[in-house]
Amino acid sequence: MEIAKVLDATGLACPMPIVRAKKTMETIGTGEILEIHTTDEGSKSDLTAWAKSGGHELLEQTKEDQVFKFWIKKA
Amino acid sequence: MPDKKKTTIVLFSGDYDKAMAAYIIANGAAAYDHEVTIFHTFWGLNALRKENQVPVKKGLMEKMFGKMMPRGTDKMGLSKMNFLGMGPKMIKKIMKKHNAMPLPQLVEMAREQDIKLIACTMTMDLLGLQKEELLDGIEYAGVGAYIGDAEDGNVDLFI
Repeated sequence: MEIAKVLDATGLACPMPIVRAKKTMETIGTGEILEIHTTDEGSKSDLTAWAKSGGHELLEQTKEDQVFKFWIKKA
Repeated sequence: MPDKKKTTIVLFSGDYDKAMAAYIIANGAAAYDHEVTIFHTFWGLNALRKENQVPVKKGLMEKMFGKMMPRGTDKMGLSKMNFLGMGPKMIKKIMKKHNAMPLPQLVEMAREQDIKLIACTMTMDLLGLQKEELLDGIEYAGVGAYIGDAEDGNVDLFI
C-alpha cells in the first residue's frame, strides 16, 4: 500500500482529529491514501463516519499500543 | 459538484461550557465540509466580544450591562458548578490535561475554517453592545438571514 501522507493526530481531542483530517485530505490527490494516527477513543467512530460522509474509502483500521491507525483512500 | 450541506447553530447561551459545545460542533461540521453558520444572540453575543475595553458612547444601563457581561469567551462562567469563578479555572486545567482545545482557540479555528459568525443586531441593541466592541470580520443580521440559511440546512441547533 502506497501512502501519500501520514497525519499524526495523537494526543489531540475532539474535534481536532477530523478537522486535521479534512485539511490534510485537501493536500493529496484523488485515489491517494492518507494514514492517520489518533489516541482519542471517540476518533474511531468519528473518522469512520467522516470518511463515509465524504465518500472516501476506509481501507483499514487498526489499534497498536493505544494508537488508532486509519488508512483512508481519497474519493 | 452537488451543493454543500449546511449546519446552522443558534448560540443563545453565554456560558463557557455551552459555547464550547457549540463551537466544537461547528468546527466538526466544517470538517465535514458543511457550510456552517453560528448565529449569536442574547448572552451568546459575549462570545464575540473583544477582550479589551473599547471606548464607545453608551447610556448608564448599557454601561452597566457591559460591565456585568464577560468580555470574550475566556471570561465566561460555567452553566453548572461555576463556584464564583473557580469552576472555569478548574475545568481549564482539566482540559489542558486532556488536550482539549480551549474555547478562544475554538473560535479562532472556526474563523480559519470560514465558519460564518453572525451577531444578532436586535439583541445587540438590547444588551447595549456596539459593533466596535465585537470581533472584526463578523456579519450582522437578524432572524431573516438566519432562517434563510437554516431553511435549506441539514443540521440546526439551539444552544
